[in-house]
Amino acid sequence: MLEALGIADVDALFDDIPVALRASRLDLPEPQPELELAARLEALAARNRTDLASFLGAGVYRHWTPPAVDQLLLRGEWYTAYTPYQPEISQGTLQSIYEYESLIGELMDLDVVSASHYDGAAATAEAALMTCRATRRTRVLVSRAVHPHYRQTVAAYFGGGLEVDEIPLVADGESAGTTDVAALERLLADPDRPVAGVLAGHPNFFGLLEPMPEIGRLAHAAGALFVAVVEPVSLAVLAPPGSYGADIAAGEGQPLGIAPQYGGPYLGLLASTDALVRQIPGRLVGMTTDVDGRRGFVMTLRAREQDIRRDKAASNICTNQALLALAASIYVATLGPHGLRDVAALGAARAAELELALAAVGAPRLYPGPYLNEFAIRVPGARDVHRRLLDRGILAGLALADIEPDDETLADALLVCATEVTTSDEIARFAAALEDVFGGRPPIGVEVGAGAERSERPRARAGSPR
Amino acid sequence: MVPTDLRYTKDHEWVRVAGDEATVGITEYAASQLGDIVFVELPDAGRKLDQHATFGVVESVKAVSDLFAPVSGEVLATNDALTGAPELVNGEPYGEGWMIRIRLADPDETEGLLDASAYEALIAAG
Repeated sequence: MLEALGIADVDALFDDIPVALRASRLDLPEPQPELELAARLEALAARNRTDLASFLGAGVYRHWTPPAVDQLLLRGEWYTAYTPYQPEISQGTLQSIYEYESLIGELMDLDVVSASHYDGAAATAEAALMTCRATRRTRVLVSRAVHPHYRQTVAAYFGGGLEVDEIPLVADGESAGTTDVAALERLLADPDRPVAGVLAGHPNFFGLLEPMPEIGRLAHAAGALFVAVVEPVSLAVLAPPGSYGADIAAGEGQPLGIAPQYGGPYLGLLASTDALVRQIPGRLVGMTTDVDGRRGFVMTLRAREQDIRRDKAASNICTNQALLALAASIYVATLGPHGLRDVAALGAARAAELELALAAVGAPRLYPGPYLNEFAIRVPGARDVHRRLLDRGILAGLALADIEPDDETLADALLVCATEVTTSDEIARFAAALEDVFGGRPPIGVEVGAGAERSERPRARAGSPR
Repeated sequence: MVPTDLRYTKDHEWVRVAGDEATVGITEYAASQLGDIVFVELPDAGRKLDQHATFGVVESVKAVSDLFAPVSGEVLATNDALTGAPELVNGEPYGEGWMIRIRLADPDETEGLLDASAYEALIAAG
């Protein structure tokens, strides 16, 4: 074989990969007998804490999944070809992808949905690249309140002449923690550096609702496209991206019937207006009729895919994630529009209950603006408190200093969330444990009176229902 | 049959020069190789093109190809008819299937393009 290829050894096949990027030696232990391996894995698994009351969200959300979802996913018919290029043998898979695209399109209120991407971060980065291709501009603006991992992924995708600038957040007042619209306006005004796209999250990373129509209006006035980074369950109660002028919506599909499963695999949601259909990467499935006039499903606009366009494909970093897209479809279809609305509304109600309980023991909200089901609280020594709560069986969300270590305003803050699976008992345990950690006294520097007063005044939390 | 009054590129574009303007399209050979053309993406008028720069994309049922500017200059007009009827490129590649009109930045550039016999030799060689 080497002779036929005209090369001396196998290593020559890897000459195109720079030496620095090649794996030299894999640091793997010696082979183990299966029994020993099983015992080792069981010991590792036993280190997982399954007893915790969890208030962790930060981009991944626990939801109750109807058993039908996992049961249907077990059917062998779904474990088929990676990508169903042949319609004559793949009608079932193609129909499931078509239904996924239809359901997500309805949630997003946008025309086109691609199936699909690795996760919300990858979908967001693809959305940013789409804006550059569509506008032939090279600079995007990303709100600092977009999930830090997503911002890192956008930065990793950008290079080779593409630029990312961050839009700062409002520091004080009623809008603290949301995208600084005045700063956005200034960033858009630079005539020498025209902006391709503006990216903002809704709810944002801190759980806050953003002035999306205003951000979109400013983006469009500067000739830029507007990308909404959204959480899909929230779309049952919040205005969908299409309704406030988003050209593209990206998001993490995990909340739709996919377990947190240690960080993946997940599902990247990506949708756009019809005007951008030739820019959207990933597979699109259309409905058509066959030669006998019967309804059929087929991959459409395929010529832009990587197997044909190679390096000029819309993206070479996308995948079907068909099984996870199917999970999302079954989840959404099983719950239905009313069920999904109940999930979102119940999560918001639980979060309101959580806010009151935490404020009462001296941990008020960090930012005052409206939120849906996730919010930051002010807790002095947040990282230490987080550890001590873990000892008491409480996973107190995320210490924001862990993910944004350079932002001093987040040094004393925890990001906590509630969903429909959060119970009143868990909320009471969290509050009691926090009070215990505080030593029965409100922590120094926290104005309990102000927090309690604030929490007694109900405010709009669930945004404007559709 | 390759029209003798046009100039050609190795990328299978043709150019019809009239004064300081050039009309650009793709050849019959290119269109037949691509198959049924379903979409043509063209630049906005006013865009300045460098010679050999990508100015658009032509998409058939089986392939997508970039379009390369045979000459440099400013885009004066694009063939809007192709939006609704991209099949014109297959049917009348040298007529109604034209793509863009360019104001030539450097008329000498056309001298470097292939003439009909050279282009015919190119496609005959495959």
